[in-house]
Amino acid sequence: MSQAERAAEAEQTQTKYLGFWIYLMTDCILFASVFATYIVLRENTFGGPGGGELFDMPFVLIQTLLLLTSSFVCGLALLAARARKKAAVIGWLIATFIFGAAFLVLELSEFIKLIGEGHGWQASAFLSSFFTLVGLHGAHIAVGLLWLVVIVWQIMRLGFTAGTTRRLTLFSLFWHFLDVIWICIFTIVYLMGVL
Amino acid sequence: MNLDWALGRLTLDALPQELVTQGGAVLMILSGLAVVAALFYFKRWRWLWRWLTSLDAKKIGVMYVVVAVIMMLRGLADALMIRAQQALAAGDSTGLFSSDTVQQVFSAHGTIMIFFVAMGLMFGLINLVLPLMLGARDVAFPFVNSVSFWLFAVGMVLANVSLVLGGFSPGGWLGYPPLTEMAYNPGPGVDYWIWALQIAGVGSLLSGINFLVTILKKRAPGMTLMKMPLFAWSILVTTLLIIFAFPILTATLGMLSLDRLMDMHFFTSDGGGNPMMYINLIWAWGHPEVYILVLPAFGIFSEVVATFSRKKLFGYGTMVWALFGITFLSFIVWLHHFFTMGAGANVNAFFGITTMIIAIPTGVKIFNWIFTMYRGRVRFSVPMLWFMAFVITFTIGGVSGVLMSVPAIDFQVHNSLFLVAHFHNVIIGGVIFGFFAGLNYWFPKVFGFTLHEGLGKLSVYAWIVGFMVAFLPLYALGLMGVTRRLDHYTDPGGWQVLFIVAGVGVLIIALGAGLQILQLIVSIWQRKKRRDTTGDPWDGRTLEWSVPSPAPFYNFAITPKVTERDAFWEQKEAIKRHEKQEKPKYQSIMLPKNSSIGLIVGGFAFCIGFGLIWHMWWLVALGLVGVIVCVIVRCSNDTVEYELSATELEKFDKQYRRQHA
Amino acid sequence: MEKIGSVKSYSIGFGMAIIFTLAAFLTVTSGWFSQGAAIAIISLLAVVQLIVQLVFFLHLGRDKVKWKASAFYTMLLILILIVGGSLWIMYNLDYNMMSSDAMEQYMLEESKKGF
Repeated sequence: MSQAERAAEAEQTQTKYLGFWIYLMTDCILFASVFATYIVLRENTFGGPGGGELFDMPFVLIQTLLLLTSSFVCGLALLAARARKKAAVIGWLIATFIFGAAFLVLELSEFIKLIGEGHGWQASAFLSSFFTLVGLHGAHIAVGLLWLVVIVWQIMRLGFTAGTTRRLTLFSLFWHFLDVIWICIFTIVYLMGVL
Repeated sequence: MNLDWALGRLTLDALPQELVTQGGAVLMILSGLAVVAALFYFKRWRWLWRWLTSLDAKKIGVMYVVVAVIMMLRGLADALMIRAQQALAAGDSTGLFSSDTVQQVFSAHGTIMIFFVAMGLMFGLINLVLPLMLGARDVAFPFVNSVSFWLFAVGMVLANVSLVLGGFSPGGWLGYPPLTEMAYNPGPGVDYWIWALQIAGVGSLLSGINFLVTILKKRAPGMTLMKMPLFAWSILVTTLLIIFAFPILTATLGMLSLDRLMDMHFFTSDGGGNPMMYINLIWAWGHPEVYILVLPAFGIFSEVVATFSRKKLFGYGTMVWALFGITFLSFIVWLHHFFTMGAGANVNAFFGITTMIIAIPTGVKIFNWIFTMYRGRVRFSVPMLWFMAFVITFTIGGVSGVLMSVPAIDFQVHNSLFLVAHFHNVIIGGVIFGFFAGLNYWFPKVFGFTLHEGLGKLSVYAWIVGFMVAFLPLYALGLMGVTRRLDHYTDPGGWQVLFIVAGVGVLIIALGAGLQILQLIVSIWQRKKRRDTTGDPWDGRTLEWSVPSPAPFYNFAITPKVTERDAFWEQKEAIKRHEKQEKPKYQSIMLPKNSSIGLIVGGFAFCIGFGLIWHMWWLVALGLVGVIVCVIVRCSNDTVEYELSATELEKFDKQYRRQHA
Repeated sequence: MEKIGSVKSYSIGFGMAIIFTLAAFLTVTSGWFSQGAAIAIISLLAVVQLIVQLVFFLHLGRDKVKWKASAFYTMLLILILIVGGSLWIMYNLDYNMMSSDAMEQYMLEESKKGF
């Protein structure tokens, strides 16, 4: 690649990082709207149970630690990619997937338990907003896991091209950002819910 | 084999039952078939495919404008129906249409005008002008640009399919619950409204990100932000509004759809739901939305006034600050849309004051345009006439807005025809007149020939007169106590005559629109005579006028170097001063290849929307999987550009220069 | 690619995040604090952990590029205005309504009057 081509490629990468970062900022506002609705509606239990009665704190703590670990090993994957260590990258990314998937499985099992006990999203405004807020985050995690699979496959097939490394970096931004959102959920929904 | 699941809740009952809706549906289908027939007759399918799969912002811009103009005709038809109904339905008369139809007509009118006409014209003009004005080749993300357009088009299609299958929402353009909940509107109408907006909204959000990054990253070398044309500044602040406001719409419509689809209780009147939260959130989006519409129009006026006054814009710096002032303030005024809905005096006072303050930067801008004209050599060509029409019309609307910013006064006129007159005043006077000015101004750059001046001027007069005759009576009716969205009334005296006058006004507006269509047809007929041979028919100031008309597909053969504001004016002055011109040095450039994936994503988005509306869950799943597959396919493809070599570029450039003496 | 971040910085961030998470959890489940105090503490812990994750994982403020931080702070401003404004408005909407105790009292009086 000539120097001009390399400069153009670098510029293109910076442009895409900026675009994706701005998209993440818009996602923050999306979550903020649902958060605001949750806060307004959380007392509206329509005679049913509220967070204090329904939330299982140790369970949520484990979920949080799983997601945090997933975010951490994702960072390690990014460092390994910088050092062009293909096997390490794939290893750390698989770990990211496993911890992230475990988080999601636990979350789904919590949902299923609540629904089974008759506390589904139809029961009250509180439950509607709980399932939607936590579910929206979970849906983002699911999309992230799918994206992760595609990235692992691409790195295995193509190695470290400008495109694959760029997408890996964008994924890591997305993944860390989801952990940031989870802190807000953990605090506002669960911790404040049981107080 | 039982195939009921395949059709969800779609049955033959979904076909229109009333004469007027049947007529509308038939007219729409026949028009569509006529277009298809024309494509076959003129053998233009390949040509059309090249357009539909293009990632060139200039082509995407034209497509946006075409959709918007067609939708304007539909919106005007709806307006004519509303005026006809209200002119006739006094006392014992029930007018022309059933109550249910009238509810759908005014809901469709508002939804279409805001989301598909105004937003469409806006995105269209930005696509056509912004990259050229910045000295760039295209927007930052050409593929996302295509996806945005197709999502917009799919939203439009869904809104119009409702005319044929199932009917539209009767819930107004903002769909307040609990009326739009399943308890009161279980049919498909509200769902059409939700998903048309949701899908188009995603397109708008992506466009906002796209244009923001374009402005931040793709300006020509030397063009600092403070050397950018004002139109570009207006788009920059508009994108800030879009990226922070549209996610609120997505969330709110999403929660409403969850109420409807999954029996949730966000905004229901039972189960603990709180409809006021919807109203709060929808207006937290809705207020920035109206500034999203008007700020680009202000940007257009900044360009038009400077060019046609042959003078640089007065107060560039204060104009930029005014834009930022309006942008920031527009996030802290939204409660003024529901002063009457329960808040206490402190809350009402805060938002009333912020609403009054937002009038100030707007006033600054209007004065600056007028000061630009002062001591300029003003030419009253059609774009400038649209500006004059704007000053007269928008000022009245702005003043009525400031009136209503006082909560005590608003309590008297909220949701009356006074309000309706106000927002039409500012949207038509500000947004629409601005976009008409822009269309007339930039038409030669896009198509290579100018528009007929005489017919253009006539259309301006028709619109001004039509607007005044149609809407000034509404101010009076509002003060007399007439509420909005009436399909029938018991006239206590003096109402009906004003409604009839307003009806005549809309006919005059329709005449104005007709004159514009005539202007277009005559100009196309005369296009060889009206050819823009210099690329600079108005003696413009900004870079888009430095390229031939129509603009070459690569925009600039050589990326310009900018040293001053009004970069093209500076280039012309440099030539006049006999400054040494650099010999052009051509380099190969990369351009985006065409891609059908935008169109295909649109198709799958349609499946998702249609499936959710009619409870055809298999179609929703198909659509979701399809969109995901498209994204993965596109992101796995690293050869999405092609190279235009330096020699080819030189050849094209010399060819374009030869065509333009 | 960006040249910031190292195994050390990620590990520090990870470690701090775990500590703050456990601290918040303990604050709530131990019952040592009153409700008001607990809310204040976990809010503070959340904000601190947000900063830790934004800086150590998302490299906010440590990047060579300026736009990451500016975009974030602008978003934060708008977010505070919208969420704060919404909560202020929503809790104010019953300003002119009777309190639920007063309403119960009123209904009791009315029901005594009969038809």
